[in-house]
Formats: sequence, C-alpha cells, structure tokens
Amino acid sequence: MPVILIISILAFLLLSLLPGDPAMIIAGEQASPAAIEQVRRQLGLDRSFLEQLGIWLFNLARGNFGSSLILNQSVLSAVGERLPVTLSLAALSIGFTIPVGVFLGSLAAYYRRTWIDSAVMTVALLGVSIPAFWIAILGVILFSVQLGWVPSSGFAPISQGLGGWFASMALPALTLSLFQIGFLARMTRSAMLDVLSQDYIRTARAKGLSEWRTVGKHALRNALILIITATGILLSAAIGGSVIIEQVFALPGIGRMVVQAIMARDYPLVQGTMLILGFTFVMINLIVDILYTLADPRVRHD
Amino acid sequence: MAAPLLSIRNLTVQFRVDTGWVTAIDDVSLDVGAGDCVGVVGESGSGKSVTALSVLQLHDRVSTRMPSGSILYQDDDLLRAKGSTMRRIRGSEIAMIFQDPMSSLNPVLTIADQISETLRQHQGLTGAAARRRVVELLGLVRIPDAARRADDYPHRLSGGMRQRVMIAMAIACKPRLLIADEPTTALDVTIQAQILELLRDLRRELGMSVMLISHDLGVIAEFAQRVVVMYAGRVVEAAPVTQLFRRPVHPYTMGLIAAVPALDSEAPRLTTIAGRIPGPQEIIPGCRFSPRCALVQPSCLDEPPSMQTVGDGQSARCPPRIQVLGVRHG
Repeated sequence: MPVILIISILAFLLLSLLPGDPAMIIAGEQASPAAIEQVRRQLGLDRSFLEQLGIWLFNLARGNFGSSLILNQSVLSAVGERLPVTLSLAALSIGFTIPVGVFLGSLAAYYRRTWIDSAVMTVALLGVSIPAFWIAILGVILFSVQLGWVPSSGFAPISQGLGGWFASMALPALTLSLFQIGFLARMTRSAMLDVLSQDYIRTARAKGLSEWRTVGKHALRNALILIITATGILLSAAIGGSVIIEQVFALPGIGRMVVQAIMARDYPLVQGTMLILGFTFVMINLIVDILYTLADPRVRHD
Repeated sequence: MAAPLLSIRNLTVQFRVDTGWVTAIDDVSLDVGAGDCVGVVGESGSGKSVTALSVLQLHDRVSTRMPSGSILYQDDDLLRAKGSTMRRIRGSEIAMIFQDPMSSLNPVLTIADQISETLRQHQGLTGAAARRRVVELLGLVRIPDAARRADDYPHRLSGGMRQRVMIAMAIACKPRLLIADEPTTALDVTIQAQILELLRDLRRELGMSVMLISHDLGVIAEFAQRVVVMYAGRVVEAAPVTQLFRRPVHPYTMGLIAAVPALDSEAPRLTTIAGRIPGPQEIIPGCRFSPRCALVQPSCLDEPPSMQTVGDGQSARCPPRIQVLGVRHG
C-alpha cells in the first residue's frame, strides 16, 4: 500500500512539473484569456498545489480517476479498454520467451565453452542489442508483405475469435520476445553455470540419474529462482516496451494511448495510466514473491 | 586370492588449466576386494578425492582427461564404459557419499524425493512401495521420527542428519561398493564417531566393500583393513593396517603416523612434517616427497621411484628405505 501511495503522489508531481498549460490547449489556440480561465477553473487548476494534491488523492480513494480531457471518457474506462491489449501482448511475448530462453540458456550452460555456447550467446547478444522498432519493421516486411502470413498492423479482439487475435498479436509479441529471449537466455546461462557446479549435481549423477534428469530436474529447479526474478523484470519491461511496438503495429494498447495523452497534455489520463501501470507492476512483483516461496522451500515460512 | 571387486590400474588423471594439462594423479593402482575396507589417506591435494571421483567418472568431462590406466569393475573398464553402463553402476553397484553433506543434498527437493529417485532409477520402485522403503532406510541410518523427517527439506536437518540421509541414499540399492570421500570431515567430533559407527554396522549388515577416503589417520586406523597412502598424486605405500602402523616403510607414512597426537604425550608441540605438499604444476625431479624427506639421498632425485613389494602385502615407493630395512623382495 505505501508503494501505491508513493506512486500516486509521484504521478501527480511529475505532470505538475512539466511545462505546458493544459487549460490553454483544451480551450484552443484562439481562445480568449477569459475562456482559458474558465477551463482552468473547471479543471481545478486554479487552486493551490496542495489543494490539487488533496483533491487528487481524495478522488483516488473513492476510485475516481477523473476524466480524460481528449477522449470524452473516464480515465478508468479508457485504460480498462486498452490495458487488456497491452497485457495480452506482454503475456504472449513472455509465453514465447520462457520456453525458448530457458532452453537456450540451459543449453549454453551445459555445453559451456563449446561452439554451442558461443552460438547461443551470439544470438542472445543480438537479441538484446537490436532495437525493437527495426526488428518490427523487418518482421512486417518479411511476414506481412512478403509471406502474407499475418496482417501488418491492427488488432482483432480475442472476443472475435482466437485465430484472428493470435494473427494480429503474433508478430508484435515475437518482436518483443527477441529482446526478452536474449536477456533470459543470458540470465539462465549464468544461473545454470552456478548450479551445475554445485555438489548436489554431482550427487544426482552419482545416483545414476540420466543427464536429462540431472539437468532438467535437479539443476533447473535450483536455477528457477533466478529465472522467476528475470521473468518478473521482463514482464514489467514488456509493458514499458509495448509503447514502441504498439506504435509500429497500430495496436490499441495502453502504450499508444499514453503517448497520445502526453502529446495532448491530457493530465488526468497520463496520471491515471501511470497509477494503474504502477499498480500492475506492484502486482507483478507480488506474484514473483509468491512464486519464490513455491520455488524455494528455504524462503517458505512454517 | 580371488579377483578384486574393484581394481584401479595405473590411473592417470589430468585437469585442464590455462596453460595446458596438469597431472593430478599419476600411475595410481589400488584394489578393493569383495567385503574389504580399504582406507586411502593423504594430505589435502594428494589426489585421494580425484581417485575416488574417477571410479564413478564424476569428473567434469570438459576439463578432465584420463590418458592412461584402467578401472576394472567386474567385466567393465569404467574408464571406457558407455554412459548407460555407468548410469547402471552408479548408485546401484557402486555408491558414493561426499565430504560436505550441507551442499551435497539438493536444497529444493525433499529428502524422500531424493532417496526415492535412486529407488525408481534402479529398482523401479514408485509410490507407496518407494515411500515405505524410504522410511525404512531412514530408520536404518538411525534418523529418529523417520516417517515425518522424510518430507523435510535438507535445510531443516543438521549436518550429521544430512550425512545420514546421504548414507541412506547411497545404501538404498544395496551397493557392493561404497566410496566414502571424507564422510566425517565436515562434522563435529562426536557426530564423526556416530557416523563411522553407523558405516561400520551397515558394512557388516549389507556385506559391502568400502573405500574410505580420509586425511585422518585415526579414522583410517579404526575403520580400514588395508591402507593406501597417497602423496602428491601418487600412491607411496600400501599395506594392511596393522602392518602399516607397526612398520611404516615410506618416510611420508612415518611422518603421518608421528603427526598423530598421542593423548599421553607430554610434548608441548604437535609433530609436523616440515614443508608443504607440492601443487600438480610443480615439477619435482625423482621422488616427489624428496624436498620434505629427512632421509633423502642423492639417488632419490634421479628418477621417480617405482612401487616395490616389501612383503606381507606391503609395498612402498622408496627403494632406499626398503634396502635399509633389508626386507625380502616379493
């Protein structure tokens, strides 16, 4: 809870510090000073700073996030419409990332200092170094323009059929995944390198277990703690990274909306979005912490 | 004498370092007969553990090679055995326990899980049958309240209890040979005694051979029938335990025995062997013990001494001493 309170105050402060007068923008360029003053009063921007903060927090406590200045919509419904798009994009990309990243990282660790290791690490380095927008454009050229497998942009809601939704999301999610796979493969490799040198791995081999069981069960279970941490970070990063991806693929997600809101000085929308995203990150961390206790009996309370 | 259960012949093990390969153990031979208990003793760095790990081929494959020698177990040369043969032998025919019970158990798996894995692998035992056997094994290694303990994770157990779990895991499939690599080194003295007693009882009950690795001559004296003394990667002396203490041949063995503190001794200082064991990368001409040896002679530096039989099942790698003792060559 204190974290969420701090986020809400930060969300408020950040925009108050930015230059630009929303009243002037909303009233329009040709508006008279009186009209601007009226809009300012309507928005409560004429009150003192502390008063504004108090009203903001008071409204938040009642679940009132205010209304967007540009969308003619309450902030909650505007975010509520777009958040599922962003979250499903992040989830789908993580869904691609975890199996591939963990497998590649384990492979590199197991065959450390061989050509397999070098090959995996080179791919991983490319993944984290190549800018997402460039990959996105290449992906569109290859899969949409040349091969025609998926639409180049746009969004089909999941309610209109899984196939259409997947086709519209697959390329954006894969684009996001490339960075994530690079990151997760590197994290998994270093975690596995550490675990594979542990005494209990030798014990597992001494029992006569196959390499598959030794690595897949004994080693991976121990590396899981670091893999969960990395995945939590990636999920948060994916939501942030969706800004660019949503622009490129014209997906109606929260990233695209927040860019528009910032451009238009839509204070309430930016603040509300920040707050809801902040809350989402807190929830992700909470889930990561819960997963820790499942993965590692040593942090479990009796 | 019948063919030994395990026969290590002229084994050489090399590790990869930045500059190439260094020889960790060189020309090591030792036998473990059926039902025998062989002690391997030496300082840290003498190559005892390297020898032990070689038997089950547990060295890191990337950074280890074994250019010569053989490890014969029944009809197989373990150095050249297929992966599937090795896996069949590991944990079932030959089992191993390690020095540090704190790190040798997997921290994220329950004890029951880790023991029953061996049972499933080699005996196809699963479910309730495996569970029964796990509890039985935990009772056998004298873990109190075994049925409840089985579901604990290793971090809830003390070092002594964890070593008992390791032993339970090792004897689960009634192996014919148990390799115990410094099984009591990481434990309190009182716990040490309990673990050794447990091992002795289990050895008798199960009729298994034991290869006990220790730097503690006291432990070896109590436990082993035959002793192999290693120094700087070579076997320097091998003898039945009573013979070794009555008449040590190699000056290093003499030094080791002299260094065991006697309770009735009034000497103000502990006896030590001067100097330190050379690393595998240090090149020492001739006998590798010569820089520390009180009885060193010019001929010792000429060439590495060979292992010579002294008699009564005793052999040593020290021609000058054997000559002085005037013992017969076998």
